[in-house]
Amino acid sequence: MFDAIIIGGGVIGAMCARELTAYRLKVAVAEAADDVCAGASKANSGIVHAGFDAPCGSKKAKFNVEGNRRMEQVCKELGVRYENNGSLVVAHGAEEEQKLRELYERGLENGVTGLQILDKTALARLEENLAEDVTSGLYAPTGGIVCPFQLTIAAIGNAMDNGAQLFPSFAVCAAKRTESGWQIAAKDGRVLEGKVVLNCAGYGSAQVARLFGDASFEIRARKGEYMLLDKSCKGFVRHTVFGLPTAAGKGVLVSPTADGNILVGPTSVEEDTYDTSVRREGFDQIREKADAMLKNIPYREVITSFAGVRAYSSRHDFIIGESEYAEGLFHAAGIESPGLTASPAIGRYLAEAVADRLHAKKNAEFHPERKSAEWFRQLSREAQNEIIRKESAYGRIVCRCEEVTLGEILQALRQNPRAHTIDGVKLRTRAGMGRCQGGFCQPSVFNLLMKEYGYRAEEVTKNGGKSFVITGGEI
Amino acid sequence: MERDLVIIGGGPAGLAAAVAAYDAGVHDVLVIEREAKPGGVLKQCIHNGFGLTRFKESMTGPEYAARFVKETQARGIEIMTNTFVVDLTADKTVTCRNESGIFTVRAKAVILAMGCRERSKGALNIAGTRPAGLFSAGTAQKFVNVYGLLPGKRVVILGSGDIGLIMARRLTLEGAKVECVCEIMPHSSGLRRNIAQCLDDFGIPLYLEHTVTEIHGKERVEGVTIMRVDEQKQPVEGTERYVPCDTVLFSVGLIPENELTKRAGIALDPRTKGAFVDGSRETQAEGIFACGNVLHVHDLVDFVSEEAEIAGIGAAEYIRGGQRAKEYVPAAAGENVTYVLPQRVDASAQRVQKIYFRVRSVMRNAVIKVQAGAYEKRIRKPAVAPGEMEHILLPAGVCGGVKEVRIDVLAAEE
Repeated sequence: MFDAIIIGGGVIGAMCARELTAYRLKVAVAEAADDVCAGASKANSGIVHAGFDAPCGSKKAKFNVEGNRRMEQVCKELGVRYENNGSLVVAHGAEEEQKLRELYERGLENGVTGLQILDKTALARLEENLAEDVTSGLYAPTGGIVCPFQLTIAAIGNAMDNGAQLFPSFAVCAAKRTESGWQIAAKDGRVLEGKVVLNCAGYGSAQVARLFGDASFEIRARKGEYMLLDKSCKGFVRHTVFGLPTAAGKGVLVSPTADGNILVGPTSVEEDTYDTSVRREGFDQIREKADAMLKNIPYREVITSFAGVRAYSSRHDFIIGESEYAEGLFHAAGIESPGLTASPAIGRYLAEAVADRLHAKKNAEFHPERKSAEWFRQLSREAQNEIIRKESAYGRIVCRCEEVTLGEILQALRQNPRAHTIDGVKLRTRAGMGRCQGGFCQPSVFNLLMKEYGYRAEEVTKNGGKSFVITGGEI
Repeated sequence: MERDLVIIGGGPAGLAAAVAAYDAGVHDVLVIEREAKPGGVLKQCIHNGFGLTRFKESMTGPEYAARFVKETQARGIEIMTNTFVVDLTADKTVTCRNESGIFTVRAKAVILAMGCRERSKGALNIAGTRPAGLFSAGTAQKFVNVYGLLPGKRVVILGSGDIGLIMARRLTLEGAKVECVCEIMPHSSGLRRNIAQCLDDFGIPLYLEHTVTEIHGKERVEGVTIMRVDEQKQPVEGTERYVPCDTVLFSVGLIPENELTKRAGIALDPRTKGAFVDGSRETQAEGIFACGNVLHVHDLVDFVSEEAEIAGIGAAEYIRGGQRAKEYVPAAAGENVTYVLPQRVDASAQRVQKIYFRVRSVMRNAVIKVQAGAYEKRIRKPAVAPGEMEHILLPAGVCGGVKEVRIDVLAAEE
């Protein structure tokens, strides 16, 4: 019997789990996929939005601004890459400049600090590759970038270190009320009981709500396609550069990532289903919009392209708080952009609400820090040598593009939440995320998974389920 | 640590360079290899055909590598394995990482022999999903030949690079069905002999001017859409064809791994994607030489060995303070020539200089025209192709005072 069950191991579920373990509560996380961070949290822009875009008075605005303020501290505690690089919205000509001013006003009202409208000369001092016809821009110094996979994985890992239990491959298919709360069942027959349930199921959150008798909202999918450029393009832009937002979202951006690549995208495509396939015309759409903001984007340096799905609600705002139809069910649904930014604030808000409901006391043993996946590379050379002398695995490079050592991969295989797939290792360590896209290190990571888990070759998967790497058997 | 010569990379280029430098009188040689064993990619190339040009015998990749490993051993040349070079500076300081720690080696000369990597599927912006079952040809080769595992049973190969062609045969021999090889260009980038021996002999179709436009399947690949492309390489509407498969191999080009070269601030030729070099394979950084696939992608290891020897001798001469070229003449890629290497030749060379080049397109009855001032030579070739590197020999003494050496490939006048 758990105090709180979180459905969904994305960044929202992760932050809720972490904040809940700061109370004396027994916490479970049920994730439908084989690994955490399997949905929108692994395919998004990785931007810490300043908060000028969300409509005044909306939940999006509130949690965005609050999340933005908390992000740096959370990343410090969890050892997650974060950079306060600032963002720019660029405008072309008088009509767009009018909209820029509206954005500025909205930002002020939302409580965003430091906003400035800059003219062309001032912009040129910030970014040298802006398109010639950009006339002015809105500068938001509180904008930032964060590694979304690290953030999600580290927050769940930290929650687990503080006592939370993770149930992967737990696809919830039924919920029933019990005397003290709810029982949820997975497709494979497993059940979990909890006093309260947090619905952080992303695209699946409307479906989950229905299992509890709450049909008050719908979730729709809006796909976004991206191109990722090689680290050799580092410095092409330093700020996150946006065009003006439209009804379909914040539009295409060009931004450095917290990992040192350049990200270009996303598109915005309404879909009937959860579909992360990339369209041929998507690339043209990205380029057209990106080229309006920046000149000479080095598209030749693209190392991968991918798509993520924004799960937005029919209410066009975040749905956060207890369900009106199911007592003890707390929603964090419709979390599209700026969900990543808002996640620390949503997590804290819901944890407080749940703790309040369950009269939970603070957990004096809660430890907010987690051993970072990056701790080794942040050390001085002398300190690294000290470690290598004791643990030679840190002297062995496995992924040459991202210079990931064996020591770091072993940490990912053994630290909460343990990686058990090729992509799991990739998201935790960046092995396979560089310019050769795993061409060299995939066989090594494959071997390490076999060794660590005793898998047969045919059992190793890319990302769980039936995504087997080898299907032709042994020779 | 201080060494006379540090060679980065213990593949065919690095090993041959080490042997040549040693034989040219420099005995303090250190070869740094990132993998557990020397030999580079040859270790997984278990097919034969290596050494035909150079040794007039057909060896497998491991055999060819072993021959050079033996030569290094006979000379007592140190090969430091499991060691990764993390940094290189123009003043020839090499920073390494291995299980003993992070350390620097100061060298009198450095030879870059890091090889190349495969262009990844990610670089192609292919539409569709990103399931399991997508492999670079070389990655699949490692799974099959080193791990003894067959990636899948029904395969489509995109790109007709040599590794892709070799893998088409290899997978077929292991019981997989290779549905087809798609090549976006109107000609293959692979060797003619590989097309004959790896595709034709097994009845595997090669679709020229075709590409994979979409990948299907959620968890594992289920199929691909292939389409014909026009002259601008754009897919032609209406030519879509769905090919069911569980595996896709990508053999879409090789890229010299010049990350260290760039860190050292050494200029790269955008055409070869390797350093600009002179006849001795010295880069624009004094005392730093380059050879093998890090300099330009070769199709035959035999030529890698040959080039590595030039670099090894060049580095040895540099270390021993021997005669050095003072004047250079640029070598220019003329009509129907993609690149020439070296990009500049020694103006006062008292020896024959060999210039390698690649042609831009397939041509029958071609004439290679070499011109250096008053010197002109025409060589007839029955056929040339981009997948097969060509070379010319420049006689001693023809470069003095000339502005450039130029190579054109022209159609023969009947």
